[in-house]
Amino acid sequence: MADKLMTINLKVWRQDGPDKPGRLAPYTVEGVNPHMSFLEMFDLLNERLILRGEEPIEFDSDCREGICGSCSMVINGIPHGPHRGTAVCQLHMRHYRDGDTLTVEPWRANAFPLIKDLVVDRGAFDRIIAAGGFVSVNTGSAPDANSLPVEKAASDAAFDFAACIGCGACVAACPNASASLFTGAKIAHLSLYPQGEPERRRRVIAMVNQMEAEGFGDCSNHGECEAVCPKQISISAIAIMRREYVKAVVASND
Amino acid sequence: MTSSTMNNSPRLDSKVPAGPLQQKWENYLNTAKLVNPNNKRKHTILVVGTGLAGASAAATLAELGYNVRSFCIQDSARRAHSIAAQGGINAAKNYPGDGDSVWRLFYDTIKGGDYRSREANVHRLAEISNNIIDQCVAQGVPFAREYGGLLSNRSFGGAQVSRTFYARGQTGQQLLLGAYQAMERMVGAGRVKQYDRREMLDLVVVDGRARGIIVRNLATGELERHVGDAVLLCTGGYGNVYYLSTNAKNSNVTAAWRCHKRGAFFANPCFTQIHPTCIPVSGDYQSKLTLMSESLRNDGRVWVPKTAGDRRSPEQIPEDERDYYLERKYPSFGNLVPRDVASRNAKEMADHGKGVGETGMAVYLDFAESINRLGEKVISERYGNLFEMYEKITGDNPYKVPMRIYPAVHYTMGGLWVDYELMSTVPGLFVLGEANFSDHGANRLGASALMQGLSDGYFVISHTLGNYIANTSLPKVDESNAAFADAENDSRERLATLLGIKGEKTPVHFHRELGKIMWDDVGMARNRDGLNHAISAIGSLREEFWNNLRVPGSNDTMNKNLEFAGRVADFMELGELMARDALEREESCGGHFREEYQTEDGEALRNDDEFTFVAAWEHTGRVGDEVKHREELVFENVKLTQRSYK
Ligand SMILES: Cc1cc2nc3c(=O)[nH]c(=O)nc-3n(C[C@H](O)[C@H](O)[C@H](O)COP(=O)(O)OP(=O)(O)OC[C@H]3O[C@@H](n4cnc5c(N)ncnc54)[C@H](O)[C@@H]3O)c2cc1C
Ligand code: FES
Repeated sequence: MADKLMTINLKVWRQDGPDKPGRLAPYTVEGVNPHMSFLEMFDLLNERLILRGEEPIEFDSDCREGICGSCSMVINGIPHGPHRGTAVCQLHMRHYRDGDTLTVEPWRANAFPLIKDLVVDRGAFDRIIAAGGFVSVNTGSAPDANSLPVEKAASDAAFDFAACIGCGACVAACPNASASLFTGAKIAHLSLYPQGEPERRRRVIAMVNQMEAEGFGDCSNHGECEAVCPKQISISAIAIMRREYVKAVVASND
Repeated sequence: MTSSTMNNSPRLDSKVPAGPLQQKWENYLNTAKLVNPNNKRKHTILVVGTGLAGASAAATLAELGYNVRSFCIQDSARRAHSIAAQGGINAAKNYPGDGDSVWRLFYDTIKGGDYRSREANVHRLAEISNNIIDQCVAQGVPFAREYGGLLSNRSFGGAQVSRTFYARGQTGQQLLLGAYQAMERMVGAGRVKQYDRREMLDLVVVDGRARGIIVRNLATGELERHVGDAVLLCTGGYGNVYYLSTNAKNSNVTAAWRCHKRGAFFANPCFTQIHPTCIPVSGDYQSKLTLMSESLRNDGRVWVPKTAGDRRSPEQIPEDERDYYLERKYPSFGNLVPRDVASRNAKEMADHGKGVGETGMAVYLDFAESINRLGEKVISERYGNLFEMYEKITGDNPYKVPMRIYPAVHYTMGGLWVDYELMSTVPGLFVLGEANFSDHGANRLGASALMQGLSDGYFVISHTLGNYIANTSLPKVDESNAAFADAENDSRERLATLLGIKGEKTPVHFHRELGKIMWDDVGMARNRDGLNHAISAIGSLREEFWNNLRVPGSNDTMNKNLEFAGRVADFMELGELMARDALEREESCGGHFREEYQTEDGEALRNDDEFTFVAAWEHTGRVGDEVKHREELVFENVKLTQRSYK
């Protein structure tokens, strides 16, 4: 196939630093190959900007295969763009048409302060995990791995939640900038898995408290988070989190 | 010290403990000195890197009471390159009861590495493998399970037993999240301090010992000094020297290379692994290559058309006109031959005009037979996310059409030289995970990098670091020490130089050019002329780089092009050393295939009489003037044979 090259018009958020003013800047990218990924189109644009003596656009990416959770762009209002179950690094230009105009912005949430252009600080997610997203088992103290059989269905269900890549698209999509899907996914993973059982009460209270302390908003069941999640984590994670939370609070009042 | 021979460099004491192979590690543990628990918190340990090796080390050392600082380039420790590992992790549990044992895992790894690794290290790795699985399961890592609730295993290249544990196609992700969570727990407990978006630019050596690092804060551009009693380098491999590889975009050699320049010897740089099953290159805009896990070779069959130039689409090629060349040439291992063998054979098919796809630089990996036998559901349970990933990238559905695959650079067996304690030639500088050279010889078997990273980080370093700290007097050093000021100045000047050239070509341009040279001349097959050509071509490229580079922007803000420019500069120096190392290793072994040295069947021909050693290169001031030291490899437990997978 000799693929026809496309021209794509972009409006990209440019902001020099956290306290600097930002604006949408227009760019025209010619010669876009439909097999390019969205980020490769940005690479191409950046190379041209450098040669023209302009500053390239800063954006995060690393694995470029949808697993590290680094990439983070809102395209025409949708985190990671229009395709379900896809991080922006896995989005290919064949899904766009010659002449399309696309607006590209960073994740926006108070709890994710902007660093530069499309790059934000997602350290709040680490702090939520540090509050309780783990099993307290020191290295070297574990029993034989097969000493505790785990029902396959439970293990598979736990995996579905453990697949979260921590990219923050759920927060960016939520009108309240809530981190409930992210936090709920970790709580669901560890409460469905027997190894997480002993700490389940302590964990959910600590993580939910930290989530609030970081300034994420409340969940009001919009469901936008599930729709944009590149790993299609089910919103049932949030229900599990709520249930676990209520149980834990009741238990601590006993 | 045991087993030194006449040729062994006095600078390379492997410190392999005495005693029979099976007891060396135990003997070591029984005699290693311990640090008093109350004293541990007085020791600050700098852990650079948060992949499997770094995160597991940071967590474990903090649990033991050390005061840990952890550094990574990404905005979160959880994003380290290990996250992308797909296929699985080996262990000698023998849960399937198919005859596996610590000895067999050891033997397969030594043989798979084509007898270019240290027996004692590999045996320790095999011994520890089982503890890793226990640890990870206890952390809640959701490994695949059977209906009875027990853990499931599959087989991987280079082995005839099923010893690979996996978590769908996301094993690295789940293992890394386990280690990351263990580390975050210690962050919460105040024993690990986490420094994200930091790039280590230099090692600070005080009185001959590693005592600190210089890092650049990648969000602000500030340079920072960090002091410690030891530095653990867990910074991953250098596959990106080829520009296109399966490594993450930020994977680099800079930290290791800066340490090399401060006295750490670089071992076997030419030992790189080209992975046989990657999605082929589709265009010159391509920024990285995507691996399709080797586990696919369990159920996928590799083939090409029998006739060169057959351009029919795969479904139009009848069974008897297909060449399942791995099954034909290697009946006992078939599609599961080790990576180097599989890769070279794919290249050979393409060289003979039998390659498929638009570019002819691909072979088929076909699941039709397995889908018929097992059903689509089983295949999707095993490989669902890989199939999806393939479809997203290529637009083809592998349930219907065979995948097209081709080899790509994937892993680097070479790395900083370390002794049995994982300490480099700079006292106090330890190197873990892919960044060291230690366990995989000239070729790594599938599913053993994750094993090695976690073995180093969870189970080895806590003992060997303790032994170092307990045996060493470490006078107080602080950031005002002149060595810190000097190292910081060097970094500052270097950044200023890169920004000041103001030439016409971007860092990516130079990286691509370097990658082309490396792939053509220091790639899957190498020869004398090509290697000499690479050395001179890289020399010219370096010269052009320092005269014609253009880095936009400034140093006092986030500037990814500045970061990349520094990494490309180091890659160019490393690339030259790789070519020299490959040139001087006049034999073929594992992933290092010298066309001049092959058997009649075209297999790698080792020269054990002359090359059973580790080549460890010392930096002496100028690139091109490195001095080679030899660590002779002594095999007391296995017999060196010509590898055969027939
Ligand atoms: C696509 C893919 C699939 C794979 N699948 C498997 C598999 O199935 N089984 C298997 O056993 N192996 C697999 N491997 C290999 C394995 O993933 C790696 O060898 C292993 O994860 C390396 O771990 P590490 O901890 O040594 O380094 P990495 O995970 O590479 O981590 C390096 C860390 O160092 C940091 N760093 C680097 N430079 C600096 C610096 N200058 N300053 C500060 N920080 C720095 C990075 O930020 C990162 O945190 C795969 C590899 C790839 C590419
Ligand atoms: S770059 Fe890793 S998920 Fe997109």
